[in-house]
Amino acid sequence: MNLQNIFNEIEKIDPEINERLDTRRDAMKQFRNIGRVLALSALPIALGSMLKKAYGRTPADVLGVLNYALTLEYLEAEYYSTAITRTSLFPNAASLGAFTTIANHENAHVTLLKSAITGAGGTPVTKPTFDFTGGSLNLKPFQDYPTLLILAQAFEDTGVRAYKGKATVLMENPAVLTVALQIHSIEARHAAHIRYMRRNLTSAPQPALKPWITNAENNVPAIQPVYAGEDNQVQAGVTITGIASQVDKAAATEAFDEFLTEDQVLDIASLFIK
Amino acid sequence: MLIRKTRSVTSDGKEEGIAMPNVHRRAFLKYAGMGAAILTAGSIASCSSDEDGGMVDEGVSLGTGDVSVLNYAYALEQLEAAFYTQVVATPYSGISDVELTLLTDIRNHEIAHREFFKKALASGAIPNLTVDFSSINFSSRDAVLGAAKTFEDLGVAAYNGAGKFIKTAEYLVLAGKIVSVEARHAALIRDLISNGSFASDADAQGLDFVKTPQEVFAAAGAYIKTKVNTNTLPK
Repeated sequence: MNLQNIFNEIEKIDPEINERLDTRRDAMKQFRNIGRVLALSALPIALGSMLKKAYGRTPADVLGVLNYALTLEYLEAEYYSTAITRTSLFPNAASLGAFTTIANHENAHVTLLKSAITGAGGTPVTKPTFDFTGGSLNLKPFQDYPTLLILAQAFEDTGVRAYKGKATVLMENPAVLTVALQIHSIEARHAAHIRYMRRNLTSAPQPALKPWITNAENNVPAIQPVYAGEDNQVQAGVTITGIASQVDKAAATEAFDEFLTEDQVLDIASLFIK
Repeated sequence: MLIRKTRSVTSDGKEEGIAMPNVHRRAFLKYAGMGAAILTAGSIASCSSDEDGGMVDEGVSLGTGDVSVLNYAYALEQLEAAFYTQVVATPYSGISDVELTLLTDIRNHEIAHREFFKKALASGAIPNLTVDFSSINFSSRDAVLGAAKTFEDLGVAAYNGAGKFIKTAEYLVLAGKIVSVEARHAALIRDLISNGSFASDADAQGLDFVKTPQEVFAAAGAYIKTKVNTNTLPK
């Protein structure tokens, strides 16, 4: 069977296949040409316009994912931006420096996502009003340094799991998927560092806490929903525990981060949204 | 030759046994086969339009479609697992208990990843690659952590760049489950080198590294002795 036969076969089922392919190919070519001359700061706009060019319309589900991500980035950005104004809260320059680095990333993610949504013809969701006491949880993250780190850990580990849960929705949009993956792994780097900061706390060190998630373990009951299902030992039908002599259950669960559904994520986030 | 065998001969001369198929693997191979058909068509076009003569079909074939992407990940996991196995077997001078514990954890994660890909790919898996770490001084903390940083950042960039080539949703999710763990490794290694550098190389938009398979192999090639044919990887 040659290539033309394949297209002919498909055409019997989808008469518009050739038109569809041509449109898509043109859009891709155009995007590559634009890409050559684009300054870095213009990328989000380009992402948005490519979405429209490739599909004629912007798929609502992709915009939905971008707005979902934006909501979480708003939360993180405001959390870290508020924290770094309370300089006396931080025990040393390194910890304030780390929070400043993360604040910059989260604010950049907000800008990027808003531009991408606007560029794609959508409307960015407005920033919710946040309440970092967690309502009835009555937390005081901006008065108590260990609590500040606990919530930061919860937000980062949730962020990683939230992006992971939406990757498949973005499969049809390679450029958007790639950007989402690039944010996702930055969130994982943040999570690892915050966990390491908690491990090395002078006042109340957490020697059992590692940069990675062991089983579904967590010693702060208030944030346990963040770790639901992290003790999964089976990936694509392959049992990871015992797959080699070095891989016990702890290693098997650490080696794979699990995703959370949107409902699970919003249940967690809603505790901090007024 | 456009359609190549996914595997020629293993590096240690052994034929790998074909494991009992299960439902997941069969479903996966079915999807992978569909991807292969499409990608083969793609490679016809890229071969015929390639006028600089860059297509040399030598070395271990990664296969086509999703199989090639998963074999690409499998190759990198082999490299990382072999590296940390050596690190733990011959710890650098002055290593702390905490460092040894965490580096042992990383070794175990990389072995888990390697063995997962081997099982998932089954008869489609590439053979064991021969690695070459002769340029790394394993007794030096700086040298070991420097190499670890290279491997981890490269791994993150590789998975981030490969995501868009994966056609099977289940395998995109799996790549996502692994890449964030690699990012956690990268962050720790960077913090061990210089506290606070966990994500200091993010770009102005707060984005992590992304590399094409060709860029990754160009960087990792120095540590892989076995010749790998990357021509069938999606571009």
